Amino acid sequence: MPARLKLFLPLALFALLALFLFRGLSLDPRELPSALIDRPLPEFSLPRLGEEQRVSRADVTGRPALLNVWATWCVSCRVEHPFLRQLAERGVPIYGVNYKDDDVAAQRWLDELGDPYLLNIADRQGSFGLDLGVYGAPETYLVDAGGVIRYRHVGVVDERVWQDTLQPLYEELAAAEESR
Amino acid sequence: MNLLRLPVCLMALLFAASVSAVIETYEFSSPELEQRYQDLSGELRCPKCQNQNIADSNAPIAKDLRKLLYQQLEEGASDAEIRDYMVARYGEFVRYRPSFSGATIILWLAPALLLLAAALVVVAVLRGRAGRGGPELSAEEQRRLQELVTRAETEENAERHS
Repeated sequence: MPARLKLFLPLALFALLALFLFRGLSLDPRELPSALIDRPLPEFSLPRLGEEQRVSRADVTGRPALLNVWATWCVSCRVEHPFLRQLAERGVPIYGVNYKDDDVAAQRWLDELGDPYLLNIADRQGSFGLDLGVYGAPETYLVDAGGVIRYRHVGVVDERVWQDTLQPLYEELAAAEESR
Repeated sequence: MNLLRLPVCLMALLFAASVSAVIETYEFSSPELEQRYQDLSGELRCPKCQNQNIADSNAPIAKDLRKLLYQQLEEGASDAEIRDYMVARYGEFVRYRPSFSGATIILWLAPALLLLAAALVVVAVLRGRAGRGGPELSAEEQRRLQELVTRAETEENAERHS
């Protein structure tokens, strides 16, 4: 290597480091890949919110749908709630997992703020959440017709998240389901 | 007096943190299980708080995982079974000591590779330095050099004697 070019080596190394650091600015370290992507939704048998009737995996699969983990103690869930109602109005099926919550408080929340969910799984002890690898509400899973988890979003689902990531995936799954 | 009070209070606060971090205690059926509980809870990472293990964290999820760990230990699960259980749900992320495989292989090999690269650079630099002796002199140049040296010496001697 000519001696002149060697002089640029520190600059090149700096540029490389700067590139990595710059990339790091736009990465969210809290966004963990779910261990369950492309794996079937775990089996469960839990009461339906407000009733003693039990629901299982078969009750929330069969068509592409969102599975939203929420709780009344979760502040971000309240932020997210109006958008979930909008989605439900647009015809997106949403199932709820009421995670480590009080049934009465949860029912009151739904009565007051509206209920976007087709049904709610009352996961009082957080056991289903544990099987799902939930580490904090709200989390939203996209589950396909066969009950396979395709995507997990941690945090509030809003218009942007929906348009950028969830909607394209959801529509792809819905189209595949229709063409069958 | 009042001047002292604030720093003292602040210092007292430093100690308060370690006291309030008291975490639920479990009754183990054997001291061996308790030891394994300590080891595993120190090795499993809290998914919510990221830079703490589940033994140190007060996050609800860490509490749940400790409870689960306790139950699994009492039920007689092996360390490997417990680790697999956690990894199946939270991914390799949950282990502070990741397994030597797949995506984590770079984590294990990177220090050795970097050390090797550094050693190569050092060797290359040292070699470059040792080889830098300048060009050999030709016979004619040797003769001229000798001549110059003798002349300088005679001049020096002459100066000294004058």
